[in-house]
Amino acid sequence: MDIKSQISMVFHLDKCIGCHTCSIACKNIWTDRKGAEYMWWNNVETKPGTGYPTKWEDQDIYHGGWKKDGGTLKLRGAGKGKGLANIFHNPKLPMIDDYYEPFTFKYLELIEAPAMDDQPTARPISLITGKPMDIKMGPNWDDDLSGTPDFARNDVNLKKLTAKEQEAMFQLEQMAFFYLPRICNHCLNPACVASCPSGAIYKRGEDGIVLINQDVCKGWRMCVTACPYKKAYYNWNTGKSEKCILCYPRLESGLAPACMHSCVGRIRYLGVLLYDADKIFDTVASSAKDSDIIARQKEMILDPFDPDVIAEAKKNGILDSTIKAAQESPVYKFVKEWDLALPLHPEFGTLPMLFYVPPMLPVMASITDVDNTELAKKMDSKSKFWDDKWLYDTTTKEIFGSIEDARFPLEYMANLFTAGDVTIIRDVIKKLMSIRIYRRWKTVGDISEAKAMEALKEVNFTVEEVEASYYLTSLAKFGDRFVIPPAHREQAIEMLDNTGDAKGSMGFGTKITPARGA
Amino acid sequence: MNILDNFFFVALPYMAIPIFLIGTIIRYRNRKFSVSSLSSQFLESGSLFWGSVTFHIGVILLFFGHLIAFLFPETLLGFNAQPMRLLIIEISAFSAGLLMLFGLVRLLFRRMTNERVQIVTTKMDIFIELLIIVQVILGLCIAYFNTWGSSWFASSITPYLNSLFLLNPDISSVSAMPWLLKWHIIGAYLILIMFPFSRLIHVLVMPLHYLGRPYQRVLWNWDRSEVRNPNAVWEKQRPNNN
Repeated sequence: MDIKSQISMVFHLDKCIGCHTCSIACKNIWTDRKGAEYMWWNNVETKPGTGYPTKWEDQDIYHGGWKKDGGTLKLRGAGKGKGLANIFHNPKLPMIDDYYEPFTFKYLELIEAPAMDDQPTARPISLITGKPMDIKMGPNWDDDLSGTPDFARNDVNLKKLTAKEQEAMFQLEQMAFFYLPRICNHCLNPACVASCPSGAIYKRGEDGIVLINQDVCKGWRMCVTACPYKKAYYNWNTGKSEKCILCYPRLESGLAPACMHSCVGRIRYLGVLLYDADKIFDTVASSAKDSDIIARQKEMILDPFDPDVIAEAKKNGILDSTIKAAQESPVYKFVKEWDLALPLHPEFGTLPMLFYVPPMLPVMASITDVDNTELAKKMDSKSKFWDDKWLYDTTTKEIFGSIEDARFPLEYMANLFTAGDVTIIRDVIKKLMSIRIYRRWKTVGDISEAKAMEALKEVNFTVEEVEASYYLTSLAKFGDRFVIPPAHREQAIEMLDNTGDAKGSMGFGTKITPARGA
Repeated sequence: MNILDNFFFVALPYMAIPIFLIGTIIRYRNRKFSVSSLSSQFLESGSLFWGSVTFHIGVILLFFGHLIAFLFPETLLGFNAQPMRLLIIEISAFSAGLLMLFGLVRLLFRRMTNERVQIVTTKMDIFIELLIIVQVILGLCIAYFNTWGSSWFASSITPYLNSLFLLNPDISSVSAMPWLLKWHIIGAYLILIMFPFSRLIHVLVMPLHYLGRPYQRVLWNWDRSEVRNPNAVWEKQRPNNN
């Protein structure tokens, strides 16, 4: 057993309102530099949608991630052979136009334009060439299903759905969507690290953060190809690759990552996981089905209360404060204790260490006539009158019957989170549903206790567990959602250089202003 | 002519080699960040393929051709003793030169015409590209007008280069060479001088060590076998972080 610790995140997608605040916080801190304008280390996608870069999930286009090859694992588009053979020209490199051409507007023209008959306009100009351009694409142009024929209908995850199912999703009255915030997954089996010919990318032993050493990076661009999530970006100005650093300078001084800190929906949970690093290869290489990876990845995550695990962790140089943080980790609860969170696209084989609680999208419902006189009496006549004579009725004969009838097909969700395995996603959604049924009984009372208890029993949830998951989902304070070991100041200083010095030129890493031209 | 010859074939190489060595070391140590070739493939990929791949294959073949003639002149002369072999070497070297020229012209054209690539192009890039183009054209002319170079290189140029390395320069064979060849040699020294000041430096960071390392890399900022030991002194080790 080789126990290591990993700072890990859970996204509760039911709570995401798609406001992009996380993206903006990240952009302002890290990527508002020349060459990095197009990068969104954190981005929020509307699903169904093609995402950023366009169709990133389609590995027939981008050739990212791992594939099984006999008993071993091979990088799909990079690796030792392919990487060196393609070193003069990487045929699988995504281009700037696969993301979008960054732009700004000539605002000064609004002020300096001479008096004339027409209103002055601020023309868009390219942030690469500085010349006027036509904006063809932005980082979230598929937001809220806008441009559905071009974006949502081309979603890669729809491929396995029947034409009829797809059609049903885009009926005007049936439409449903959700948001998917994405950052670097800080994988256990990172394809970017494996693909780097220079050996510039590494996983930090202490906390599992994957970083690119800017001085060692020689800009061969293989990580951009290899990362199946397309979260390694090439800076065309400095000639180096960059990626999400999980705000390690902030973590080391005890602050939450900018994306997490700024999240208005409070959808993010950050905590420590202890895992057995010896199992990494086997977990991916010897899983019979892609969907088996999920269960086996969860097996790798160890119980921080187990005395054997604690003893082994101590032997491996993991500090007491880290073990304590692992015991209080909200991520451990969501992922391991309650089985509510799933990795994104486990079939890519990188063992991503950020997890998603899938959203419970609108389930089928009927509209029932109700007598509202009693309810109307309760309302304050001055402020509001209850005139709805209908109830959005989601009751079904069977407790979980409505899950199968969800407007959003389970198959779609399965393609995203469980490598197409519907049974796993159905179990998770049932669990989420049981929490709602239980709370409905508690707070509204129009569901019987017997029914609520039956729902819990079917998904093997105890009352304590449901209460705890309800608390962590709905009521959790910042301290409950953000649990990392306190900063080991004396060690943090060793790790951390004041990178603020080079803000605006490099933003992170090397302090030398990266003047190119040679 | 003797003064000029002495300057170009004795003084110039003795200037070029230290500039190359010291300049490269200083740049690698002090500005490690800049030791690479700024790739523009992200901005334009299609025509780069035909330029970059052909140029690099050509230049690698020709580099090793020159290197072998310098290091193993006798072996090469023995190999060339059969006319057919000599012919094969001549033709392949000439084709490699053409390949390289084709690639370079394409790359230069791309740098001059593509708007986005122009943004990441420096004057030094253009200068180096022109310098190498001139050098390749000179080389092709030599191969055409002064044939069987692979043999006379081994018998005339190698002794001259050896004499340079033995610090006992003997330029008698070079002084007798045609001007085409003299300029080719001067071009080589110029390229050597420009090496540490241009993108040429990326040649030295070829990632061949990639073949020998395991795919995954985990780095520790502290010594994990000592971190829990209260008696251990906290070592101030500069992590290979960023």
